Amino acid sequence: MTRLAALARRPWIWSFVAALTVWAATILFTGGSSTVGLSQAALTFAAFSILVGIGQMFVITLGPGNIDLCVPATMTLAGTVALKFMDVDNTLILPGLIVAIAIGVAVGIGNYALIKLLQIPPIIATLSMSFIVQSTAIWTNRGLRIKPPEALAKFTTETSFGIPNVAFVALVLSVLAYVLLQRTVYGRWIAAIGQSIRAARMAGIPVDGTRFVTYILCAVLAAICGYLLASFSGGAALNMGSEYLLMSIAVVVIGGTAVAGGDSNVPGIWGASLFMFLVVSMLNTYGAGAGIRLIMTGLIIIAVIVLAGGRNPNQR
Amino acid sequence: MRKILSSDTIRLLIPALSLTILLISVFYLQPRAMSYTGLNLLFNLSVPIALATIAQMLIMTVNDLDLSMGTFVSFIACVAATFLQATPVLGILILAAAVATYAAMGVLIHVRNLPSIVVTLGMSFVWGGLAVLILPAPGGQAPEWIRAVMISKPPFVPMAIIASITIAVVSHFLIMRSSFGVILRGVGGNARSVERAGWSIIRARAATYALAAVFAILAGISLVGLTTAADANIALRYTLLSIAGVILGGGEFTGGRVSPIGAVIGALTLTLAGSFLSFLRISPDWQIGAQGAILIVVLGLRLLLNRLERREKRA
Repeated sequence: MTRLAALARRPWIWSFVAALTVWAATILFTGGSSTVGLSQAALTFAAFSILVGIGQMFVITLGPGNIDLCVPATMTLAGTVALKFMDVDNTLILPGLIVAIAIGVAVGIGNYALIKLLQIPPIIATLSMSFIVQSTAIWTNRGLRIKPPEALAKFTTETSFGIPNVAFVALVLSVLAYVLLQRTVYGRWIAAIGQSIRAARMAGIPVDGTRFVTYILCAVLAAICGYLLASFSGGAALNMGSEYLLMSIAVVVIGGTAVAGGDSNVPGIWGASLFMFLVVSMLNTYGAGAGIRLIMTGLIIIAVIVLAGGRNPNQR
Repeated sequence: MRKILSSDTIRLLIPALSLTILLISVFYLQPRAMSYTGLNLLFNLSVPIALATIAQMLIMTVNDLDLSMGTFVSFIACVAATFLQATPVLGILILAAAVATYAAMGVLIHVRNLPSIVVTLGMSFVWGGLAVLILPAPGGQAPEWIRAVMISKPPFVPMAIIASITIAVVSHFLIMRSSFGVILRGVGGNARSVERAGWSIIRARAATYALAAVFAILAGISLVGLTTAADANIALRYTLLSIAGVILGGGEFTGGRVSPIGAVIGALTLTLAGSFLSFLRISPDWQIGAQGAILIVVLGLRLLLNRLERREKRA
């Protein structure tokens, strides 16, 4: 019983409870016939949200006002340029990934340069940056849909041991992120900066360096996600990142990470990402139209945050 | 000299300066814009953006952020082009319900101590869904009277300019000069001290959100007056535009430091930036990018002037 109570206090448990409930509701409606398909689809699509969500979580943990609005543009640019570079050549898959990561690093450096040198609030700095990155993507893409290399397309769309490959990628990166946050000095620094930037500075933490690395990390994760998503969906499209802007923020917050910063949560991102996908597919199975689906999604997000967010308002 | 320019004035000086520079460059590129019709065309679309920016600024005054601004304005535009046109009474009831929803949102955010970003994020889906339900395909028709107001041609000064100035003056008096405005900014600056002084913060937040909804509703209605028809995605850009407008105008995300006049100027600057780029004949590929660059340049300018101000203070 005490173990159950301790579990209930974990901020991430609620997103999993919600995801499981919605999953069960959908399965019950279809009489269990869609169990495997639904679970695989959920894991696949959640994997992409998880990748961008983790990056966004690192940034949000840095404290109030820190947010990366450049995520969708970075995804698009990285996906476009990487696919163009690989040019359906299977041997260039790894160099292509490196190209995508390099774009992420470049965007991250650009973001932080604006924040630090021009002292622009992160929300506006990353917004301005996203305009420029998006333009670059339009310029390189020219409306053409470039196909991914065959082996890569196969890897991203297939499953091994019944679990989608992209979910494995997300799992590996999540574990790395968890270790980074919980077990390394860098992770402690992020949390400390998020809790009080003044105190962190006085404690001798390299605040600028930590923030710099964090913005790069977020952009790199977005770039990797763009690379995988473009390969998964058979080519890079200019609007492929657009839905991930709100999604990346939503999964972080529903997952139990404090919006005020200083307290992050990797498992919650998994629960929230699965939940976000499952809600939409549940409403689809119930035959709801686009309008109803949007309204329900919104109301459910609010309901979850009201139930989970107000748990202990006196904390902090 | 130092006494004459308060830091608030300097805050306002930078956005005004950037607008002037941008306006001069537009006139230089296209002298024909320097006319009654030219100015009207340049600033026409800035009226709804300015109203949405003021709405966003109100929310930012109490340290919150509204990510649903764009979808809300779209929703209102859809209501205005359908219900408000066909059955005005029902239309007004819907608008009143929307204001009440905003007030309830403010109360909910306050009582449950929720992050406004997430609640408004959720609401953006709701407004978007409602808009799709009302107008699944672009259509509807603007009510006659709105159309008449928006395209009216007062003597000497174009409608767009008169409207912008009115918005700026009205909101300035509301936020900077009234006791209600002082409480609002107090909530943003130090909620605890406002509470100790005997004011209800819940009521202040609810009022802020309701007032923001009123401005956003005006934005949606004026937008329909300009476009004559509506569509569920008509104003999605407004979320980011309104935030950028407030910041360009010298407002801050926290601390209740806002400037209504600055916000209107910021909205005008953003609108003008679009026209400026098309006059420059920049390839469409780079239009969005150049808008980002203008944003960066203006904010860089602000940093420079802030530094100068600080140096002057030290001297």
